[in-house]
Amino acid sequence: MNAPLTDLDRPNSYIGRSVPRPNAKRLLAGRGRYVTDIVLPRMLHAAFVRSPYAHARIVSIDVDAARKMPGVRLIATGEDLAKLCSPWVGVLDHFKSMKSPPQLPLPVDKVVWSGQAVVAVVADTRALAEDAAELVYIEFDELEAVVDIDAAREPGSPVISPELGDNTCFHAKLDTGGVDDIFANAAHIVEDEFHFGRHTAVTMEPRAIVADYNATEPRLTVHHATQTPYQFQDLYARHYGIPESCVRVIAPDIGGSFGMKLHVYHEDMAVIGLSMMLGRPVKYVADRMESFVSDIHARDHRVRARMAADADGKILAMDVEDVTGIGAFSAYPRTSVVEGNQVFRLMGAPYGFQNYRADLQVVFQNKVQMSQYRAVGHPVACTVTERLVDLVAARTELDVFDIRSRNLIPDDAYPCASPTGYKFEALSHHACLAKLRTMMDYDELRAEQAELRTKGIHRGIGIAAFVEITNPGPAFYGVGGARISAQDGAILKITPSGDVHCSISVTELGQGTETIIGQIVAEHLGVDRARVKVITGDTENTPHGGATWACRGAGIGGETALQTAKKLKENVLSVAATILQEQPDRLDIQDGWIVDAATAQQRIELSEIARIAYFRSDTLPPGTQAQLTVAHHYAPQGYPFAFTNGMQACHIELDAETGFVKILKHWVVEDCGRVINPMLVDEQIRGGVVQGLGAAFFEECLYGDGGQLINGSLADYLVPMAVEMPDIDVAHVETLTMDTQLGAKGVGEAGTAAASAAALNAVNDALAPFGAALSQVPMTPVRILKALGHI
Amino acid sequence: MKARAFSYARPTTVGEALEAFAGSAADASYIAGGQSLVPALALRLQAPELLIDIAHIESMRGIELQGEWLRIGALTRHCEALTDPLIAQHAPLLREAAPYVAHPAIRNKGTLGGSVALADPASEFPAMMLAMGAELEIAGREGVRRVPADDFFIELFQTAIEPGELLVAIHVPVVGPRHRWAFDELARRRGDYAIVGSGVLAELDGSRVASIRTAFFSVGNIPMRAHTVEGILTGRDLDQAAIAEAQAALADDLSPPDDEHTPASVRLHLARVLLGRLLGRLMVPA
Amino acid sequence: MSDLITIDMTVNGEAVSCGIAPRETLADFLRQGLELTGTHTGCEMGVCGACLVVLDGRVVHSCLMFAVQAGGSVVETIEGLSDRSAIADIQQAFHERNALQCGFCTSGILMTAHSLLSQPGVPSRDEIRDALSGNYCRCTGYEAIVDAIEVVAQRRAATPQIAEAVA
Repeated sequence: MNAPLTDLDRPNSYIGRSVPRPNAKRLLAGRGRYVTDIVLPRMLHAAFVRSPYAHARIVSIDVDAARKMPGVRLIATGEDLAKLCSPWVGVLDHFKSMKSPPQLPLPVDKVVWSGQAVVAVVADTRALAEDAAELVYIEFDELEAVVDIDAAREPGSPVISPELGDNTCFHAKLDTGGVDDIFANAAHIVEDEFHFGRHTAVTMEPRAIVADYNATEPRLTVHHATQTPYQFQDLYARHYGIPESCVRVIAPDIGGSFGMKLHVYHEDMAVIGLSMMLGRPVKYVADRMESFVSDIHARDHRVRARMAADADGKILAMDVEDVTGIGAFSAYPRTSVVEGNQVFRLMGAPYGFQNYRADLQVVFQNKVQMSQYRAVGHPVACTVTERLVDLVAARTELDVFDIRSRNLIPDDAYPCASPTGYKFEALSHHACLAKLRTMMDYDELRAEQAELRTKGIHRGIGIAAFVEITNPGPAFYGVGGARISAQDGAILKITPSGDVHCSISVTELGQGTETIIGQIVAEHLGVDRARVKVITGDTENTPHGGATWACRGAGIGGETALQTAKKLKENVLSVAATILQEQPDRLDIQDGWIVDAATAQQRIELSEIARIAYFRSDTLPPGTQAQLTVAHHYAPQGYPFAFTNGMQACHIELDAETGFVKILKHWVVEDCGRVINPMLVDEQIRGGVVQGLGAAFFEECLYGDGGQLINGSLADYLVPMAVEMPDIDVAHVETLTMDTQLGAKGVGEAGTAAASAAALNAVNDALAPFGAALSQVPMTPVRILKALGHI
Repeated sequence: MKARAFSYARPTTVGEALEAFAGSAADASYIAGGQSLVPALALRLQAPELLIDIAHIESMRGIELQGEWLRIGALTRHCEALTDPLIAQHAPLLREAAPYVAHPAIRNKGTLGGSVALADPASEFPAMMLAMGAELEIAGREGVRRVPADDFFIELFQTAIEPGELLVAIHVPVVGPRHRWAFDELARRRGDYAIVGSGVLAELDGSRVASIRTAFFSVGNIPMRAHTVEGILTGRDLDQAAIAEAQAALADDLSPPDDEHTPASVRLHLARVLLGRLLGRLMVPA
Repeated sequence: MSDLITIDMTVNGEAVSCGIAPRETLADFLRQGLELTGTHTGCEMGVCGACLVVLDGRVVHSCLMFAVQAGGSVVETIEGLSDRSAIADIQQAFHERNALQCGFCTSGILMTAHSLLSQPGVPSRDEIRDALSGNYCRCTGYEAIVDAIEVVAQRRAATPQIAEAVA
């Protein structure tokens, strides 16, 4: 996996190599610096008083007793913060007819979910703030909670935001035409109703923020556990009326995010205002219980879907109705609609059928707000599609590999488009299918399954094809009016001693962004990567850019680094050529030396070029201005998204008496274009798969009739742990994108996209001999026992 | 999640601990391992004003064979149940159950006495007290007494220990050469509280059950024995027919509650399956 | 009730004597009082394992005890183990195998690995997973962690001098 460089390799050829991460060493030594670790002089701590009700009017707030508690420095309500912060509305223009009520950091009139922060208490310590918070008395007038997606849409049912008219945030339809005819004449129609559990990210490090407002400059510095400091620099500046250049957002080490830390949270916005009111740094760390009732939720969908096929099992059309329950308002600035939008556009994406109809409704609920979380929408679309494909296979008595072989878009059919308008540059479904079959030894597993069934041991094998959206252009957010960048920038410089310093606008969350940027820069500049330092996550020190989400770090950030490195190399060679009295195109840089391009003979060391440029410019020929720092931006301009594809398989053993499932093994074949660091890519896939398996078997946010989150603790919301998770084999096909020189697409969310689909298919495969089936995740023992008729 | 403020005392003898509790005008609580108490304080579900740290009372430590009984000090940690040779030899059901109790780091600190005194109905060790016919040694200001496990568990989180009293030791009747035992639980993930769990301890005469104790946890407000099941099996040859009859009778002994995660019918079904599997393990090999 | 109690303990080999509020957890005392931020808090209720430290020779959750309970005890955090190179081979294996991503669970995982690998024998992959049952990781999916620990166990078994040196 990590082959040492040989004499035959071009020096500094790091791209494609599994090199370890330089910045992981300090994390291993306990020297990480997370926002939760940050202490500033005179820093205070915030705690929030939260609503127990899912829907209620705020009648009165009494803070007198709380104010008198030891160490309390400020208690703030919605009205206090409304004076400082302008409201936000989580809509985007390109989702026509989308609507959402404006939001303030703390509510003024009413609360719309159980757990919503109502009052902020700031004290010398978190414990003292919590002591005082217990003495804040809020009088609520309880209202009927909207907690059911069907009831929410019934005329006459309570409307959460009456000014909007109803509880529908967004309603959209897709229709290629011809669907009804196809279904009327199809040899086979399969259908089912699917239920997906509401999930939440459960990052190891909870949300954390330290806001430090200094009115004398003025200056707002925010240490924020976020994936996207640039977005927040813009938001804090605009909503709090601080000039953008006076706002600095720093994202240090982040303890996991998976999309969750992209969104605006009321408490986080409140903390900015609290610091402004106090003129002191204010820190807020969501504790684990708070995280469950305030971090965004995702994937709460009910999908009714049908698939039509001909007698030979060729899929002809799909017809889908998706209703998804979000919170009481759309999240900001990325909305609560993108997930549903991706669900109904990704249905059937790996397959060649061209007739499709879908109806998406996004419905307000008095529950925690909802927005993008790893593999946004993909798991839902993939699970529905892949289960229906298996149903067609059963009807036509085709093996699950064969049905897909018959229907996946041929590998030479590109470029082409999906019936939902997605444009595919080049995918490799069949190559991945073949590779999967071999690597999992499918035929052997089937034989073994048959044999074990005779002994009462029930194994299940499930596979799933998927397509993944990566490297999004402005079509994602920019066109909708959001100030979320789709481009990135880098500043690359040679330091006086010949080291390389790269500041770049993609961010590091542990996936290895800094490492792969270092690999790309080192390779394209021609230096040992140990001499390259990559800086990310600080709006003060890096150009403005898109940061990291939707798997854009490698494809877009990497391309930015590549182009910037090439530019700097040109500058270096220009100076070197002048010094050496050579033509620049006769020179190259290898291992930190300027060399003869033809012979690789070393001519002058890079550090010497730097010394001359920085300290002895008097020795340069007149008119020579050495430019050893370059700034460069790259905006994707080809396909609106770089689609990737892959196949996954899951092998399980079902205990039919108890409904318990043991996951034996999982496989992934992934095509993400050029792989920059195989080890990091494979680990992203593994981590993503396990999140998908968590969704398949364990995770769901359970709500009571009154809108209370019933299982909002780490003991009750079950995240996947080591004993229950399998080893995961990963293999690759590499179909480069021609849109960039680097050729890399994204991969961070691929594992999650199809893991639960493969798992559902595997469990249904094990249940098939019993005539039982499931179309709901998570597949708990209770649900399996019900399907089996044991209870 | 920060606890409310409290005072702290660290007695070195049982007498001192009892005095500290009795002498406190404010609400007091003992703390040993703290693995269940500390989260309760952090969540502010409990807020004693005085915490009496009993973890350093020497007389509550130690494992000692005393004739037909094994005396296990209440401060014995869960991890010791995994490794102690006297427990392995004389109270093997504890050794069987121990790997299922939470996780290694919890086992390094949590105490058997703490687990039994808390009597969480979903915990392993309280149920094993029933399965083993243990006796619990309780110290109060009036003196010390031993309470049989069958009389110890009263209601949800309520045991024979009166406020201020201390569980100082667990006495387990040692197993003999005719004893067989089995333990298992069904939990969503390793270390989670079980959906249902059971330990059985039987004395077998060949394949005939001379005596049997069956204890279940996560089936109600307290750990429970299945007396009807035991009645059916006592004096019987342990075979598939007997096991099936025992399983069928389990509904007479257990009425698990419904909860939002698990309907009562599922718990009962799983308890039946578990009983069948455990009894199967007890069967003398042909 | 808000009185501080003077507590003496040894932390990472150094004698520490501090006035501590009884309600302060050991985790918070280490992180804030002693500024040893390598120990992390992910749940404050003993479920996630991010806060593990060595207390009197055993790995325990520092969020599940109050600092005052550790009076008279010997505590070692990730910084201590790291600085005295007790886990250098484990850290190296983790680095080579990329058995960490965001790093927030890593201190606790290294504690568990250190504890497991201090026991005699070479654990199987299942035994490694079992030892990790109390450590939540959201990033890696666990396999790389199991791989790294397995490699260290094999290396230590092959060269007993390493095993002795780090004990």
